[in-house]
Amino acid sequence: MAEGGRTGGVAPLLERLGGAVTARIWRLGFASRFFGYMLLHSGTALRRFQLTIREIYFAGVQSLIIILVSGLFVGMVLGLQGYDTLQRYGSSEALGILVALSLVRELGPVVAGLLFASRAGSAITAEIGLMKATEQIAAMEMMAVDPIARVVAPRFWAGVISMPLLAAMFSAMGIFGGYLVGVKLIGVDEGAFWSQMQASVDVREDILNGVIKSIVFGVAVTWIAVFEGYDAQPTAEGVSSATTRTVVTSSLAILALDFVLTALMFTGGNAR
Amino acid sequence: MNRATIDVWVGVFVAAGFAGLLFLALKVGNLASFSTSQTYQVQAKFANIGGLKIRAPVKSAGVVVGRVSEVRFDNESYEAIVTFNLDTRFQFPRDTAAKILTSGLLGEQYVGLEAGGDGVMLKQGDRLRLTQSAVVLENLISQFLFSKAAEDKDAKDKK
Repeated sequence: MAEGGRTGGVAPLLERLGGAVTARIWRLGFASRFFGYMLLHSGTALRRFQLTIREIYFAGVQSLIIILVSGLFVGMVLGLQGYDTLQRYGSSEALGILVALSLVRELGPVVAGLLFASRAGSAITAEIGLMKATEQIAAMEMMAVDPIARVVAPRFWAGVISMPLLAAMFSAMGIFGGYLVGVKLIGVDEGAFWSQMQASVDVREDILNGVIKSIVFGVAVTWIAVFEGYDAQPTAEGVSSATTRTVVTSSLAILALDFVLTALMFTGGNAR
Repeated sequence: MNRATIDVWVGVFVAAGFAGLLFLALKVGNLASFSTSQTYQVQAKFANIGGLKIRAPVKSAGVVVGRVSEVRFDNESYEAIVTFNLDTRFQFPRDTAAKILTSGLLGEQYVGLEAGGDGVMLKQGDRLRLTQSAVVLENLISQFLFSKAAEDKDAKDKK
């Protein structure tokens, strides 16, 4: 320890590392406290539901185009790629299963979540951050209006409500895209495409778990988005870096959570 | 944008979302098929179940009549005990035989039921006596090789 003073190169490095870790943990604690406070003060957002509906318009309705178009193209690519691989084993009729299962279980929630994070999450962060930078939040506090109840909670609930609906539309659109390419373009038998899909997609195991995934992603993405916005430095630079952090953190959170949820949901059947 | 327009768009959005969910549940997942009907449990012992998994279909004459609900190892007879739920709409005689079959060459394994001729029907908790294990490819190949070798030996002896 006494050497710490002499080997000047190591100590500041360790100090900085420690500082960074402490700051992260402090932020995590603050984020959790913020989450709890937000849930406790959601009463206004749910009672004056008009506030939430307005935010659903901005978060959900305006993400509709990107979600639907991406879903269609993802499904079409799955159709092409899946057919290419499956026909080598002479089982091109299983294309429906491949498209439906990969969309409903994984791609629907995950890709819709990533798109939602970059389309709606970043917008939420920027909006709240700018409100903070232009001192609108401080003004609300002056007027004894709780900004978390009035500004943050409606956006959070709007995100949580929108995300599963967007993911469901993404999956449905993707399956339609796979159908277009597989059945209409390539000529896989239509009856086999749908009946094999229906035989192996389970409502509880696959679809419900996909919906649960998308709800979890919705909570994670909007939580990160509102927190980053609320926590942003009230400057132009602070808002821009908070927006970047929202997209990066929520993308990582989606992928990590997806792994955990998949491990919990889809490997149980074989292990038991 | 005024309030009424926003309401309309959100309404369209939510309706489209539920339409997507409904499409997934009905057209993709076939919700109407099985999960709600009443079932009764039947057990069967197999010497080898191969790759049979929970929720694998139970078919009779190619029609799905139930699903495998549990696969357990019996530590006394060293055999596998497979429990399956059969739909109460389908009644089978007590001497029905169960086989573990494979759909296609590389397909999933399922339980095939072949109805017997007994007048008494299976009840909840009954055990099927006639079973046939899964075909294990390695055993099949080694049997084939042995019989081939035996044939060759016979041919040599005759010379």
